[in-house]
Amino acid sequence: MSSDREKIFSAIRAALDPLPKRTAKPEWKRELIVCNPSGEFSSLKEQLADKLVFASSRYCDSFDQLAETLKAENSTFGYCDPELAPLFEKLDGITFETEYDVAKVNEYTFGITKASAAIAESGTIVLKDGDTSSRMGALTPWIHIAAIKESDIVATIPEAIDRFGDDPSIVFCTGPSKTADVEGILIEGVHGPGIQIGFILS
Amino acid sequence: MKSKQKIDLVARDLTNEVHEANFIGAKMKSERRYAALGRDYADPDKLRETAGLVKQHTLEHLDKYLEQAEASFERNGAKVHFAFDEDTAKKTVLNIMNEHGCKSMVKSKSMLTEELELLHYLEDQGKEVIETDLGEFILQIDNDHPSHIVTPIVHKNRRGIAKSFEREGLGDYNDDPETITRRARAHLRQKYLDADIGLTGANFVSAESGRIVLVTNEGNARFCMAANKVHIAIVGIEKIVPTDQDLGLFLNLIGRSGTGQQLTVYNQFIGGPKLKDQPNGPEHMHVIFVDNRRTEVLASDCREILRCIRCGACLNVCPIYRQSGGHAYRSVYPGPVGAVLSPLLAGNRFPELADLPKASSLCGACNEVCPVNIPIPDLLLRLRDKAKREGAKEAMKGTPNLAMWATMCSQPTMWKAALTMGHTMNHIPTQLIPHPSAMSWQGTRKLPKFEGGEFRKWFKNRK
Ligand code: SF4
Repeated sequence: MSSDREKIFSAIRAALDPLPKRTAKPEWKRELIVCNPSGEFSSLKEQLADKLVFASSRYCDSFDQLAETLKAENSTFGYCDPELAPLFEKLDGITFETEYDVAKVNEYTFGITKASAAIAESGTIVLKDGDTSSRMGALTPWIHIAAIKESDIVATIPEAIDRFGDDPSIVFCTGPSKTADVEGILIEGVHGPGIQIGFILS
Repeated sequence: MKSKQKIDLVARDLTNEVHEANFIGAKMKSERRYAALGRDYADPDKLRETAGLVKQHTLEHLDKYLEQAEASFERNGAKVHFAFDEDTAKKTVLNIMNEHGCKSMVKSKSMLTEELELLHYLEDQGKEVIETDLGEFILQIDNDHPSHIVTPIVHKNRRGIAKSFEREGLGDYNDDPETITRRARAHLRQKYLDADIGLTGANFVSAESGRIVLVTNEGNARFCMAANKVHIAIVGIEKIVPTDQDLGLFLNLIGRSGTGQQLTVYNQFIGGPKLKDQPNGPEHMHVIFVDNRRTEVLASDCREILRCIRCGACLNVCPIYRQSGGHAYRSVYPGPVGAVLSPLLAGNRFPELADLPKASSLCGACNEVCPVNIPIPDLLLRLRDKAKREGAKEAMKGTPNLAMWATMCSQPTMWKAALTMGHTMNHIPTQLIPHPSAMSWQGTRKLPKFEGGEFRKWFKNRK
């Protein structure tokens, strides 16, 4: 392998050596990539709620409302992060397991896991491996409920990137899993959740 | 139309159905792109120009950044491999599979694996490989090729897909797109669970932190890293950007440029094997950096094309692509980006694809929409020049011989005589000119009346 490494590096150097000068890295400010808010919001939470819906996710901050939504979707059995279980046990008529069993991949209709952050400007939910109790629990059920602490809402994408740390697997989720492969027609729920809910814990 | 150029021949023979699917799909995405960028940024061009410079800078310091990326991945606990050519790249994948005792692979979309024809290679070696992107899965069961780099089955319609699903035993004929998607979901879910290795490409690589970035809407790349124990990321060396913060710039552009989404649904940042406490996901991560002639492109005067982030915007906006569809380009990368990249990546097979740079009206739309501001029309001209100098036959087809014209233009007396002659042209039916290209040109157009030849007189007598 080391010979291929050498070949590539020497080919790169041979290609670049003749260049009379090289392009400098442009200085750019974070404001450059922050998008227009398209609306006036009194708080990050309000903006996040608006942008989640814009991205075809759902916003929720009440346990009763969540229980209603789940029942309306015929989704009464699922998976929940064991650390979040005490909070969500009060969901009326809803049961869950706190250890993900792969044999039940098609039985879990919802999954509740922690979000590490949420991005107000884009309605994005951020999942880090270190905060996610089970990758499968966040991915395979039809409904994914990401529990977001209000204090973890950040305004912009650059701020979310600031919080990466050394986590090995970070996922930005902006909307439910979707495809438009068949004749450009939008269908939600391909391999991942068909319904993505951002649940704010105040 | 009498053109002999291959791309014209393919375009001519497209069925109306396919032509319409290509045209409408491309137009729709172009319109969404325009709306999304205009809505979200006062000056989207500033983003494009900056992104272009960031990538150009990275490419012109690629030795440094590639070395940094390698060190960062190793620090994260990933294993780094290098593959100079196609063969080594494929063998490296196979060796990793064998080393971990893997028999079946789930893979997400990667144009690089199309370049390598990795799927067939692994199947020949007795491995099972499943494409998990819905479009790529359909191509796999149809033994077909992508016609677009973002929406690979834009050339197909629901009826054809329904028939393929029926043939593959995925249920009775049903052409409802939702049913098609649900059936694929159920079928592929089992494949994810059964597979022992997941393979992905990478849309970007951060040299600073040693992270690959994957951009998908379906979530299939997430699934390729959930139930299995080994993950391979196969990456072209041009995918590197310097820092994590730079990624924000590109992610804001790629979704908006390709499909008009503010962000693609899933942006994954993968820097190594899963954490110890995480019950699901790969315990081993392998990163394979592949050259496969990219350093040749870097050495050429078309190196700007390596900035490409494969968003597909130039395909969608291109009047030629809209008419011809992606298969007409006879290579992995279609459209304006493909007209530059495919001949370059073909190595000594350049002459076979040397006609592609001519498949452009040089209208400049591709440059205008490109999120990394690649001057595609300039690069097309450079490649036309290269084709001419190398005497590539494919590029000459359908091109009139201009030798007489050149002689006439370079001899003042002949030129003068020709201008006087011009007026007589008005009195003879030009359809009778026995030159094939003149005849074909006039099949759809009318030559205007000749009114020239007066300039010298005017110039001499002017006061
Ligand atoms: S050349 Fe530019 S517009 Fe075309 S696919 Fe690449 S990045 Fe997109």
